[in-house]
Amino acid sequence: MDLLEYQGKQLFAKHGIAVPSGEVADNVDDAVAAAERIGYPCAIKAQVLIGGRGKAGGVKIAKDTGEARQYASDIIGMDITGPHGEGPFRVDSVWVEGGSDIAEEYYASIILDRGEKKLLAMVSAKGGMDIEAVAAANPADLTKVHIDPTKPFDAAAARSIVAAAGLAEDALDEAADVLAKLNEVAREEDATLIEVNPLIVTADRKVVALDAKVTIDGNSLFRHEDLAEIADTVDDPQEQMAKEKGLTYVKLDGNVGILANGAGLCMSTLDVVAQAGGAPANFLDAGGGSKADAIVNALEVIKSDSKVTAILFNIFGGITRCDEIAKGIVTASGQIGLDLPLVVRLDGTNFEEGLAILAEANLPNLHQEKTMLDAARRVVELAGGAS
Amino acid sequence: MSIIIDGNTKLAVSGLTGREGSFHGLRNKAYGTDLVAGVTPGKGGQDVEGTPVFDTIAEAVTEAGANTSMIFVPARFAAAAIDEAIDSGVETVIAITEGIPVLDMLGTYWKAKEKGVRLIGPNCPGVLSPGKANVGIIPDAFFDPGPIGVVSKSGTLTYQIGNELKQAGTGNSSIVGIGGDPIVGSDFIDILKLYEADPDTELIVMVGEIGGDAEERAADFIAAEVTKPVVAYIAGFTAPPGKQMGHAGAIISGSSGTAQAKKDALEAKGVRVGESPTETAAIAVETLRG
Repeated sequence: MDLLEYQGKQLFAKHGIAVPSGEVADNVDDAVAAAERIGYPCAIKAQVLIGGRGKAGGVKIAKDTGEARQYASDIIGMDITGPHGEGPFRVDSVWVEGGSDIAEEYYASIILDRGEKKLLAMVSAKGGMDIEAVAAANPADLTKVHIDPTKPFDAAAARSIVAAAGLAEDALDEAADVLAKLNEVAREEDATLIEVNPLIVTADRKVVALDAKVTIDGNSLFRHEDLAEIADTVDDPQEQMAKEKGLTYVKLDGNVGILANGAGLCMSTLDVVAQAGGAPANFLDAGGGSKADAIVNALEVIKSDSKVTAILFNIFGGITRCDEIAKGIVTASGQIGLDLPLVVRLDGTNFEEGLAILAEANLPNLHQEKTMLDAARRVVELAGGAS
Repeated sequence: MSIIIDGNTKLAVSGLTGREGSFHGLRNKAYGTDLVAGVTPGKGGQDVEGTPVFDTIAEAVTEAGANTSMIFVPARFAAAAIDEAIDSGVETVIAITEGIPVLDMLGTYWKAKEKGVRLIGPNCPGVLSPGKANVGIIPDAFFDPGPIGVVSKSGTLTYQIGNELKQAGTGNSSIVGIGGDPIVGSDFIDILKLYEADPDTELIVMVGEIGGDAEERAADFIAAEVTKPVVAYIAGFTAPPGKQMGHAGAIISGSSGTAQAKKDALEAKGVRVGESPTETAAIAVETLRG
């Protein structure tokens, strides 16, 4: 789960990391009122879960009330696309914060390195720009040190990293303190990525986190009530509905609704639909041991996406029983008036019973296929080809 | 032969008194796995259909001779249960539990390494050695004994491929689900090593998915160390960046962890990568039969 900048800064502040004071606003009037309280110049920053918002015009410095109003109305409601094509993300709120007098711009991060199974601290004296580009241009400009998981990460360990990165001598102590606290945020808040770019030194030589990119491990939310509340707010209506029903769902752009059991088989199903020339509308893992009511819920979510023109069920029953899936399909057809073409491929545990249930129900819009590949081709045909 | 589990496996199931734990533990027993103990704190002295329950895994080792532990404990207590298993004296810990906080696994991973205990999972379907033993939730009906070793991040995708292999008249030495979490106890490389050394494994099928770089690392390892043919499949070509696709570890971060990068890395090292589960099984059978 990714945090918005201001949520990340609130987390930093909780752990004693200096951040500029500011206020969040979700409409222009509130943003202007916040700017008046904070004073000018102030920064008006789009709150979106993606990098590159500065380039997209999502960060502006307002010098007076008129500019604050202009920038807030420009930014709230704009769509921002990420550097790797992520999104677009609609800007629902802005963070208004006091202008900072910047003397130096550094970079600091702590991320979970999956390959090495360790946290990785990275620090650079060249902050304020795309750090991947900095590291690509000259790898020596980015100091990377793995944190030994069996030892405490203390001030001395942090200081050796910031010193190696070549930060200004008079900023080393504070920068080391920030890095040690970022590690504390990782460990205590279950953050798997914390990035501060830029980490600034102000004109009066204070080290301040001017940005915050934080990812929290979704599996840890049972022990973080405050963060769990943030996770409950989802923008997309289908994703919200799926969340309420306890389904694993990801919205995509296409018109072929997809339901499969198991994350791997579901990803694979999206791929074979795309190979057949179709465009998947979603990822939906019905999970292991799905019962009939879970299928009804899943179909409701898929159907609520108005772009969907046909639905593919790809089930390989292991723990999941195909007869339960078949019952769910028949029940859902009656309950939610399912009139879209439905292609069903059932294989594995109790598939014969499942197919018998479907044959008995004789639903006019239901098409059975024996294999995953045939089912993919069929649903693409019925969905009206690629979109 | 087979890897990780076989006729000598003596299994203790943590969580055997729970609904899931008893269902799958007893299923494993019915398959022929030597289920010697259940473990639930506070329930020592009870039994589950004749299998004695102990308070601790250490007791299951000393009293019942357990050498393999399966963890079916709820996510919030699971890392502690795995740690307990690592300290208990068992050789192998197979953690089925999904949803364990990844930073809990960071400590547990290194603890297992330090103690020399083989950890499989978490968030995995377990290990099946057809005809010998089953530890976990893999449905055995789709797998016959045979010369193909399977290692996979995904459960259902493995069943799909296993079933296609069975229909083609072949089978498996073992099937290992390594799990879909960002940090798992054993990566592809750990399992590839075991298959390489296993005389009954003639070919290896490796099933990967988006996220991390375990497939890329495996590609380098295969080129350097594996003499047996390896056929791969990667899921998630259509996954958008930044979205978690079901498994906690199945996420493209920025531009890293894509299916295409994994496929390219494997193909660059001479590993054939199937376009679909069906084609992957077909390539495996074709390679095996020359």
